[in-house]
Amino acid sequence: MASRSGARPARKPRYSGTVQSGPVQASPLVRLRGVGKRYANGTEALAGLDLEVRAGEFLSLLGPSGCGKSTVLRLIAGLTDVTAGTIERRHGHDLGFVFQEATLMPWATALQNVLLPLKLKRLPSSDAAEGAAKALAAMGLEAFGNSYPRELSGGMRMRVSIARALVTEPRLLLMDEPFAALDEITRHRLNDDLLALWAERRFTVVFVTHSVFESVYLSQRVAVMSARPGRVIASIPTEAAVPRHAHFRTSRPYAEACEAVSAELQQAIAA
Amino acid sequence: MTGGFWQKIVAPIAIGIVVLALWEFIVRRAGIAPYLLPGPILILQTLIDDWGTLLPSLWITLEITLLALLAAVVVGGLLAILFTQSKWLELSLLPYAIVLQVTPIVAIAPLILIWVNNTLASLLICAWIVAFFPILSNTILGLNSADRNLVSLFKLYGAGRWQTLIHLRLPAALPYFLSGLRISGGLSLIGAIVAEFVAGTGGTASGLAFRILEAGYQLKVPRMFAALVLISLSGIVIFLALSLLSHLLLRRWHESELGRDN
Repeated sequence: MASRSGARPARKPRYSGTVQSGPVQASPLVRLRGVGKRYANGTEALAGLDLEVRAGEFLSLLGPSGCGKSTVLRLIAGLTDVTAGTIERRHGHDLGFVFQEATLMPWATALQNVLLPLKLKRLPSSDAAEGAAKALAAMGLEAFGNSYPRELSGGMRMRVSIARALVTEPRLLLMDEPFAALDEITRHRLNDDLLALWAERRFTVVFVTHSVFESVYLSQRVAVMSARPGRVIASIPTEAAVPRHAHFRTSRPYAEACEAVSAELQQAIAA
Repeated sequence: MTGGFWQKIVAPIAIGIVVLALWEFIVRRAGIAPYLLPGPILILQTLIDDWGTLLPSLWITLEITLLALLAAVVVGGLLAILFTQSKWLELSLLPYAIVLQVTPIVAIAPLILIWVNNTLASLLICAWIVAFFPILSNTILGLNSADRNLVSLFKLYGAGRWQTLIHLRLPAALPYFLSGLRISGGLSLIGAIVAEFVAGTGGTASGLAFRILEAGYQLKVPRMFAALVLISLSGIVIFLALSLLSHLLLRRWHESELGRDN
């Protein structure tokens, strides 16, 4: 059942599903209330945004381009501050961040890149090396530890980036359109690998995307944002077991969920 | 042998040999006096005959050049780091670095020679003034060119100023620094030569520029050419050495080195 915020008339839900997730009733990991963000140049990126991120859920943040999705992530990460409203973070500094580009240090090998967060947190170097190697292996790159980013494909670079974000085993993973620049086959494979990791470890994910299909495929819940100044206008749960079965992309529930989310996105753009 | 080998190595050498042969031929055919224009063979002969005089001068010029380059690296690099750590320092000091850079060295050199008693030291200062700015400005640019998202990432993991400098800003600045270094290498040689010219025969140090002046007064034109050849060769060797250093440091990761693997 879609739950809507704001005073828009309720429409007949085109898709209804049951939420299949763990103990999500606990108090949220992150809570944004009436959040506004106005930049120094006067641009109002967000206004009256309400969003709760529950511990352990895979949440997608979907919206038209320029609606402030990335700003929401930077706010949650604590990289920037709200200009209105409040934000509660229960994750502290325990988070990982994946940018739209792999954002690796070109002068360092894949392993050294993954090692970076542990080094900055001043972990003993033997523990750090072991942790980094494990994180790299979890992304299927154990053979490429000594390769430089330049020597890797776009998909492999993104894998290194995800390994780096997960190497500290954070409670919260923030991802800002990480697969937007990749080809479709690579993107699908990374989607599946990310989901498998999430199913295994159940960290919390906030995944920003402008792709309806990706948001439905990946997440338990899709939060749709309006055009700038952005706010969350709909929160749509999606039903599917993890890991997704082989024919999920051609299944009826997938198609229906995509349709429901698309309809909300149309509203968001029109609003 | 690939096409690249022909283009890069053989073609320039062939052109050089043709030009030298033509030069020798014209000088002999037209009977041009050696004190106007000596032929390449006579220049080579002079280089060998005067080696005992020219070699110590070459060492002096090279010593000044390399010390000035070293000073440019240390002062330019440290100032760049200081400037990027404190906007206040950069805003108050950078204009004076620029003033120093845009003032012609031949105009300041006489003053420096008067103020600094030691000739070697004053030559060194002149060469350093010419050489340090490219390193300073390039390194500042490099230190500020670190990926914005990587800077955010460092902040996210609670990295301090020092950690960010060591692990992010310095490596990001390396390609810029090295390109500044290649420019400064040539400039420090030019600075050393110009300063020697200004110092003239008064100095005790007698580098290659002094030999050129001296030979000029005595109309020993072949020796002037021989000294000139040594200066040019020094410049080429310095450039090649710094290019090699740059290649060795960047070959595995930097975009500018991409073509060399293929």
